[in-house]
Amino acid sequence: MKITPELDFYDLDGLLEEDERMVRDQVRSWVEDRLLPVVPRHWEEGTFPSDLIPEMGELGLFGPTVAEEYGGAGMNSVVYGLICQELERCDSGVRSFVSVQGSLVMYPIEAYGSEAQKREWLPKLARGEAIGCFGLTEPDFGSNPGGMLTRCRRDGDDWILDGRKMWITNGTVADVSVVWAKNEEGEVLGFLVEKDRPGFSAPEQKHKWSLRCSVTSELVLDEVRVPEANRLPGARGLRAPLSCLTQARYGIAWGAVGAMQACFQEALRYTSERMIFDRPLSSFQLTQDKLAEIGTEITKAQLLVWRLGRLKDAGVMRPEQVSMAKRNNVVQALQAARLCRALLGANGITLEYHSGRHACNLETVLTYEGTHEVHSLILGRAFTGQNAFA
Amino acid sequence: MEAIVCVKRVPSTTTRVQVGADGRSLDPSGVEYVLNPYDEFAVEEALRQRDAAGGGRVTAISFGDEAAQKELRTVLAMGADAALLLANSEAPNADGATTARILAEAIRGRSFDLLLFGKQAVDRDQHGVGPAVATLLGVPCVSEVVAIEVGDGKVVCQREVEGGRETVEAPLPCAITCQKGLNEPRYASLKGIMAAKKKPLEVQPVADFTPAVQVLEMTLPPPRPAGRILGEGPDAVPALIEALKNEAKVL
Ligand SMILES: Cc1cc2nc3c(=O)[nH]c(=O)nc-3n(C[C@H](O)[C@H](O)[C@H](O)COP(=O)(O)OP(=O)(O)OC[C@H]3O[C@@H](n4cnc5c(N)ncnc54)[C@H](O)[C@@H]3O)c2cc1C
Repeated sequence: MKITPELDFYDLDGLLEEDERMVRDQVRSWVEDRLLPVVPRHWEEGTFPSDLIPEMGELGLFGPTVAEEYGGAGMNSVVYGLICQELERCDSGVRSFVSVQGSLVMYPIEAYGSEAQKREWLPKLARGEAIGCFGLTEPDFGSNPGGMLTRCRRDGDDWILDGRKMWITNGTVADVSVVWAKNEEGEVLGFLVEKDRPGFSAPEQKHKWSLRCSVTSELVLDEVRVPEANRLPGARGLRAPLSCLTQARYGIAWGAVGAMQACFQEALRYTSERMIFDRPLSSFQLTQDKLAEIGTEITKAQLLVWRLGRLKDAGVMRPEQVSMAKRNNVVQALQAARLCRALLGANGITLEYHSGRHACNLETVLTYEGTHEVHSLILGRAFTGQNAFA
Repeated sequence: MEAIVCVKRVPSTTTRVQVGADGRSLDPSGVEYVLNPYDEFAVEEALRQRDAAGGGRVTAISFGDEAAQKELRTVLAMGADAALLLANSEAPNADGATTARILAEAIRGRSFDLLLFGKQAVDRDQHGVGPAVATLLGVPCVSEVVAIEVGDGKVVCQREVEGGRETVEAPLPCAITCQKGLNEPRYASLKGIMAAKKKPLEVQPVADFTPAVQVLEMTLPPPRPAGRILGEGPDAVPALIEALKNEAKVL
């Protein structure tokens, strides 16, 4: 999958710096050579390609924006976005792994962690020698995490954590979980919970038909004792986990572009080769209307995230701007994937082709990191000043 | 270990190329350019030999147009120490002999143990530049190498030959052209890309030249004729054999 004019219709390449393009091209080659050949099999079997984690660490895909002294590359957010785009060109589940590791685990440790926590965890997480997960959602609290039931209470120098988390990406395979819990005053605090703490377990949630390359788990915290040193000292209140979500959503908005491009490219090739009524499928007006629509949406989505990235790197990006990009790009990617799947006819439902797998995956992406509706409400509040959440 | 690697910017082999308006060069618009894949083996080998020797320097040299800085920057990001671009806007149209002369002039006077090339550039496919540079510099050349072992003042190489392998020895300094199978080239990591920004990439203009070999014309292969269905099942076999024998003449 090389850069072709169809995929960069507005020459957005010209808006990227040389090192940004170089990262994109290197990750793209790695994805094509190493990841894409094995992903459909992993998707079918419901497993993550864990043997590639060391290579991903070596390339620098985990926490690329983290400072060099903590094992990151100290690169900008556009680079992080391009990494997400290239990974999701292959599979949303693999991109999810990187989103969680970088935005939901390394970011809170870097932003809210103590110096000791940073030194202990960030270099290992950057190399992929440790895996992290982020536990916010609970069985009864998804879109309103402020209602969480998981509790933390002080016991001498320690804390006792009790509760259940649900739908947690990488939970079962994580060495460390970032767990959010309320104290007796109802304030949300963040904790690093190592996998071998007594009372902690993370059974895998099976039988998904979406994001099958990604491990999804329940976190069970049964009176788990952790020292005060495991609390993220800078994190107080729901704002802390929400700020992590802003980081991850930013990457997801970029990732959706990659998924769309993969489906578009597949549909362009397929429809130009598939003969129907003695003509290529691509020569019919009904087909061209769909391709025109998808190509336009890709270009719009690219422009949104490019500008968002520049705002983020300038330090002026607002969370509601991230909501617009996540909301738009993911729903457009989902629609594009469904359309491309249909253009491929029966072939479209097989794992030999990619659009169907992308469409299934994107159903998760529509829901997690703020559902489509939640982002509508965030935007509605930003535009009207009125809160329609509850 | 001092290694010099000569690299070239070439159109990606997955690009659908078009002939330019002059009828004798490629239309560069819409073409994706990459580091010549065989040069990746050469770069990787230079980096490994430097690291195995516990130190030294890898210098990448390219004769190319200004845009070839991108490929040199990639080589720096992979881990090379310095890069030199011999720049001329007509470089992509230069023939092998001219390229070899310009590279040899730049290399003469530099000390090296290994002088590495890809066995061929995938744009012109002439296999000539490596051996020609070696000849101009008066150093031995081993071509199409799949294994390299550097010893005391010498290098032992394995070459793929028809139906087998050949092991040869040559004194250092030595020129080597690299074949697929020599190693698995690395991807440039993010840290490598950051580090490359601070590494020296010198651009040296090259005086205009008259190529020894001129390209007169480039033409695309004729479009493949449509296939023909001769029938279905075993009944079609006689007609198929007939067509393969008398039309395609492959039986
Ligand atoms: C594969 C997968 C991986 C995940 N990984 C993680 C993870 O790593 N960490 C983590 O903490 N969570 C994770 N999640 C959880 C995810 O973030 C939640 O599923 C999401 O926030 C939605 O919550 P919910 O499922 O409880 O749906 P609900 O909140 O119950 O929403 C149900 C429906 O109601 C709509 N809705 C909600 N509120 C309103 C309203 N005010 N007005 C109108 N409509 C509304 C929603 O848009 C949705 O359509 C993951 C989920 C999946 C599927």
